[in-house]
Amino acid sequence: MIARLLAVLLFCALAASARAQTSFEELVPRLGGGFGPAAEAAQALGTQGDPRALPILRALSEGRLLRNAEGRVILDGRDAATGEAIAAEGATRINLNNRLRVVLRGAIGRLALSSPNAAERRAAADAVFRTRSAENVPLLEDALSREAIPEIRALMELALGASRLLVDDVTVQRAGIIVLSGAGTAEARSLLLEARAAKPELAVDIDAGIATIDRRLAIRRGFETAFQGISLGSVLLLAALGLAITFGVMGVINMAHGEMVMIGAYTTFMVQEALRHTAWAAWSLPLSVPAAFLVTAAVGVVLERFLIRHLYGRPLETLLLTFGIGMMLQQGVRLIFGAQNREVLSPAWMQGTLMLPGGLPVTQNRLWIILFGLAVLALTMAAIRFTRFGLEMRAVVQNRRIAATMGIRTGWVDAMTFAFGSGLAGLAGVALSQIDNVSPNLGTGYIIDSFMVVVFGGVGSLVGTLVGALTLGIVNKLLEPYAGAVLAKVAVLVGIMLFIQRRPKGLFALKGRAAE
Amino acid sequence: MRRLIILAITLLLALLPALNLAGLGVSDFVITVVGKWLCYAILALSIDLAWGYAGILSLGHGAFFALGGYAMGMHLMRLIGPRGVYGHPVLPDFMVFLGYQELPWFWWGFQSFPFAMLMALLIPGALAFLVGYLAFRSRITGVYLSILTQALTYALMLAFFRNDMGLGGNNGFTDFKELLGIALNTPLARALLFWSSLAALGGCLWLGTSIARSKLGRVLVGVRDAEARLRFLGYDTLQHKLFVFVLSAMMAGIAGALYVPQVGIINPSEFSPGNSLEAVVWVAFGGRGTLLGAVLGAFTVNGLKTWLTSVAPDLWLFVLGAVFVAVTLLLPRGLIGLLEKRR
Repeated sequence: MIARLLAVLLFCALAASARAQTSFEELVPRLGGGFGPAAEAAQALGTQGDPRALPILRALSEGRLLRNAEGRVILDGRDAATGEAIAAEGATRINLNNRLRVVLRGAIGRLALSSPNAAERRAAADAVFRTRSAENVPLLEDALSREAIPEIRALMELALGASRLLVDDVTVQRAGIIVLSGAGTAEARSLLLEARAAKPELAVDIDAGIATIDRRLAIRRGFETAFQGISLGSVLLLAALGLAITFGVMGVINMAHGEMVMIGAYTTFMVQEALRHTAWAAWSLPLSVPAAFLVTAAVGVVLERFLIRHLYGRPLETLLLTFGIGMMLQQGVRLIFGAQNREVLSPAWMQGTLMLPGGLPVTQNRLWIILFGLAVLALTMAAIRFTRFGLEMRAVVQNRRIAATMGIRTGWVDAMTFAFGSGLAGLAGVALSQIDNVSPNLGTGYIIDSFMVVVFGGVGSLVGTLVGALTLGIVNKLLEPYAGAVLAKVAVLVGIMLFIQRRPKGLFALKGRAAE
Repeated sequence: MRRLIILAITLLLALLPALNLAGLGVSDFVITVVGKWLCYAILALSIDLAWGYAGILSLGHGAFFALGGYAMGMHLMRLIGPRGVYGHPVLPDFMVFLGYQELPWFWWGFQSFPFAMLMALLIPGALAFLVGYLAFRSRITGVYLSILTQALTYALMLAFFRNDMGLGGNNGFTDFKELLGIALNTPLARALLFWSSLAALGGCLWLGTSIARSKLGRVLVGVRDAEARLRFLGYDTLQHKLFVFVLSAMMAGIAGALYVPQVGIINPSEFSPGNSLEAVVWVAFGGRGTLLGAVLGAFTVNGLKTWLTSVAPDLWLFVLGAVFVAVTLLLPRGLIGLLEKRR
């Protein structure tokens, strides 16, 4: 009963829409009714924008559409209008003439460009771009007015610009040049170069357009280099911050620092595995931040209390000791987790690329790491400046014996400072797990660079660490296109060696008594 | 007493290749391995000379070792001649493979043995002079110098890994045929290389001891313990440090040059910072500041390594790490210190 009622309602609705314009079901059979009516029907189907029409028109243009004796149009064994199964026996192929072909191309292009499926629209825009012709101009203008996705808009604009260049009207061609130079891509640039050879009379406009594009490309390249440099710098900053505490503040050379970073990354992996099948799985990365800090800080306390504190004041021995510790930690992790890489997944909100206005791409996870690095730096500075622990730490650094007479437990402060520095290394590990392979020798690749950052920036200065890390990151990325990644790194190392000649205490040297 | 022991050990070592040649129970493996240790001992000696006496802890001595090795490797590559896989009369295989038309200029002269040996000394020496001069002049000392030298060897490793350096890229040099007309895979060549290494070790030990006993040696100890005071007393510490650093780098170069024909390969991983640190630990383990200790340390740690990597390879890095920890916390004067305390 209800079904019948629904059917009646549906029928009424269809009838209502059919009154407004000739319905889809009526138009489709006309495709088989001779060239003239077929062209009109195809035109109407194209303007109506019913997505069902697209495969039918495509079949017609490819010669796959059949027509039987009753005048019904058949596509792949079904009535194209109603979708009923129908025998294809005795059916004949519907023929095309040139007028119909032209109409069909327009209708198909319009339908595809306005398809509700974004991938279909993208493909259509791409196809229109490749088979560019003057007739596509109104089509594209129409589609552009409705398109919302920026990426597809950009494609359509490119196609529109290219098509306008082919219109036999100088004003439209100029408009095309403006659209193309506005697109600002390398593709648009080569299109303009092509057009310049073909249309010498437009050379002035085209040259201006190419200059615009070159400017925009240069800006984009500069932005990309800067972003990559800052991104590398923020990684170095994270890796070096812990060193700036243990080395800069305590004077302890911790060669196991890289292994602390590695342990932080493995803690991230462990947290992810522990939460894998729980409701918290999506939160594993934020939860790894405190976890990694606590785990590496605990390792740091153990190392400081049992081993390192016996060697205070003997930096070379400390260096060897911590190197040995690092070796054992690395081998221990290798035996427990195996030598192969472990995969740490990025949460969905960190994946993908963000498009800034002007078509400047920004990788999301890199952006998060930059923000994370700055946040960690700010928190570290705040901890040293504003907390009781920070105050005691500074007091012990300035004058250990007087601090002790004031009732500060200097041994405890040492242990906590070392734990703090190690915890920061753990945080670096969380960040690195997102962009690097989590393997037992994760830390070794960063340790020398981190030391360079600390030495370059000035031992004992957190601002120096920040400036040092960003400078090294950006310089590295600036040199890379000219010298290649390896030579850039070598050049940076040599540059630092020469820099230390001029300023042996680094960029932000401590002055006065604290320096000795 | 001590002299007698040293003499006896030296004679015993010198006897090994003779026994091998005569076929009396000493295998080829023993000769190659002990020959390698002799080169390591020279490297340890060179580190000890700079670290134990002048207080210059270089974490990049492996770079000088490897540079000496590369100089020898280039000579050996030239000697292959037309016997390479591609059969080119002049160019080594990897150059033919990379499409070189002619020998790069820095390969000129390496077909001559005296020239190659001179380079094995001069290249590490010149690099040490440059780095040492720049570092010591701006009074970079202690851990800063250590980190700087470590960065140096790291940078060299990255550079040598590049194919367009014209030095074999990451494969380095291998497949050597002969040296001074003697095929390298014969027992005679092994024996001669072994004896040369032993002689070089003896020479370096003698040179090091004479320096240590001379006035220069005492000034160096002064530099180690109170450089500022020495400077105020009117000594030019820069010159003293530079001298010992360059000499030490040259010794490391000799060690590398002797090492390469014995192991038959040299590649950029010899530059890896880990190698240099391992060499430093030989010195620390044997007892720094005593040249004999460095030699002893190189032999014991490498002996341990050879034995352990065949018995329980997973444990080796733990043991090596433990050696680092034990030496710094429990044995500040190394094995020699332990032996002397007993007496």
